[in-house]
Amino acid sequence: MSGTTEGRGLFGVSGTGDTSGFGGLVRTNPATELVSTPRPYGEYFDEVVDVLQEHGEISEDVIKAVVVDRGELTIHIAPDAIRTVCQVMRDDESLRFELCNSVSGVDYPDRVRRLHVVYHLTSMTYRRRVRLEVSVTVEDPHVQSVTSVYPTADWQERETYDMFGVVFDDHPNLTRILMPDDWSGHPQRKDYPLGGIPVEYKGAEIPPPDQRRAYK
Amino acid sequence: MSTETNETYAESRDTTEGRVFTVTGGDWESVTKAIDPLSQERLVVNMGPQHPSTHGVLRLVLELEGETVTEARVVVGYLHTGIEKNIEYRTWTQGTTFVTRCDYLSPIHNELGFCLAVEKLLGIEDQITDRTNVIRVMMSELNRISSHLIWLATTGMELGALTMMIFGFREREKILDIFEAVSGLRMNMAYIRPGGLSNDVPDHAVALIEQFLKDMPGHLREYEDLLGNSAIWQERTQGVAYLDVSGCLALGVTGPVLRSAGLPWDLRKTMPYCGYETYDFDVATHNGADVWGRYMVRMEEIRQSLRIVRQCLDRLEPGPIMVADKKIAWPAQLALGTDGLGNSLNHVKHIMGQSMESLIHHFKLVTEGFRVPAGQAYVAIEAPRGEFGVHAVSEGGTRPHRIHMREPSFINLQAIPAMAEGALIADVIAGGASLDPVMGGCDR
Repeated sequence: MSGTTEGRGLFGVSGTGDTSGFGGLVRTNPATELVSTPRPYGEYFDEVVDVLQEHGEISEDVIKAVVVDRGELTIHIAPDAIRTVCQVMRDDESLRFELCNSVSGVDYPDRVRRLHVVYHLTSMTYRRRVRLEVSVTVEDPHVQSVTSVYPTADWQERETYDMFGVVFDDHPNLTRILMPDDWSGHPQRKDYPLGGIPVEYKGAEIPPPDQRRAYK
Repeated sequence: MSTETNETYAESRDTTEGRVFTVTGGDWESVTKAIDPLSQERLVVNMGPQHPSTHGVLRLVLELEGETVTEARVVVGYLHTGIEKNIEYRTWTQGTTFVTRCDYLSPIHNELGFCLAVEKLLGIEDQITDRTNVIRVMMSELNRISSHLIWLATTGMELGALTMMIFGFREREKILDIFEAVSGLRMNMAYIRPGGLSNDVPDHAVALIEQFLKDMPGHLREYEDLLGNSAIWQERTQGVAYLDVSGCLALGVTGPVLRSAGLPWDLRKTMPYCGYETYDFDVATHNGADVWGRYMVRMEEIRQSLRIVRQCLDRLEPGPIMVADKKIAWPAQLALGTDGLGNSLNHVKHIMGQSMESLIHHFKLVTEGFRVPAGQAYVAIEAPRGEFGVHAVSEGGTRPHRIHMREPSFINLQAIPAMAEGALIADVIAGGASLDPVMGGCDR
């Protein structure tokens, strides 16, 4: 099935499905452990991370890693400290991330802590953006809710719960939002099939998208 | 007639014409008096999901006390089509055809946000050609006008100005004609592609845009005469559905609603993309924080968009509309053939008759697609409804690992309870409409 490491599609193709070499190098397995970017991070990133690290309310082991990639700052946070961090991000005078743009999930099936929740914050005062990321396991998918800090996270956390099965503790009303209430399973997880039916056209059968030959 | 008629429910008397029954309300008054009016007169009403004022399929559960809304709950999800999941099974280029179907009133903005995110992941932002950027800006401003026109049209209709609906759709049709001339399609064009555009702007489309720029200011005056100077419109909008800056920020509301509360936060100015910093335009704001303020802001934004489109036309220099990198650029340009829009005949002649390598290249790029280096990116643009953000994650493959769209309709709808509770039920419609929700975008 597409989305997992082992691809098998039409004609029994497995692996990359690339017989021409056109695709160049085959991707190696992604890193399973977080690797921080070495300092200095550049731009405003050092300042933001310094303020967070030196803040009295945030203990040392809260910031798991700091990654700077493509001009964007990602701070990996422990799942049981995200509310405190958001509170500091919003209220500290030198940070002032007033707006929580987006909360969403990502499923990395190859990793142990495969469910990630990604928060995008914007500081309107300083015109900065920061991404916070927490990761949890499927067995213990508990993350603190940030709705008390950013009320706008309400529906977005519900969507993340709906789609990925991440449980946001202390959320006022954690129910499904896009899928029907009695739906079972969490559709955006990578082991959840896309589904669909084969379509016959002029005698030939076209399989549903997730059973077609997959290129990685 | 039997003389043993049950007379419990009606009094009777004998007259010369026979027996006459008098049916009165009887105990109705005592029934209503027996119920405590304060605790029992609450009524829970479902507005939607098929209510015409809900811009699609939105369900509002309203708790009413008389005409006053005491509690409002918003139920969404009726139009969920799994677009984000579907994109994970298609190539990055095919992704545009999915995102364009989210918010169907602003397809160009969906495509633009998605393509900017893909380009950021590819690291080719600097290679995007000037002509591409000018056309992207021009198309997204035209789309902003058409989206605001729909807002004017539908909101006018919901508040009783039916003529406004005819007017709004009439001018929007002109913009759809322009889209058709440019891309071949009127809606869901998948016109902006990772790396550039699907095809160039033809000369007759430029003429259509020139004509539109000439006609539109007159139409705007028409709308102002019709709505802005109408006492009914003013009464229905002024002071209705108040939401101030702190309310907007707490609820994540952006776009015209935030600007109507007085904060000039417009991503085209504050965090420019596609070269918006080089255009001359103003950010429309208002201090009302009500439906009237949102109307004023949107009217002004149409004017500013017209200014930007004018500048785009002046800057439209000939040049390529795709990145030069042949491993990313779509190999064929679209052209109109005898059987409709398709690959240009020159290109077909080249790959089928002249160059085997070109054929292989075309085949691999079209069926397999290009690879995108692993990583994640978040790009936000100013869509007609607010910040449209795309969070794109790649694991190094030819398909997206995850695409999340931060849809302004979805986020803004959370503000309905804050606007509606304590107000009249008629103002729920005005307030909801002032958010300009598009359920296709909200539910994705």
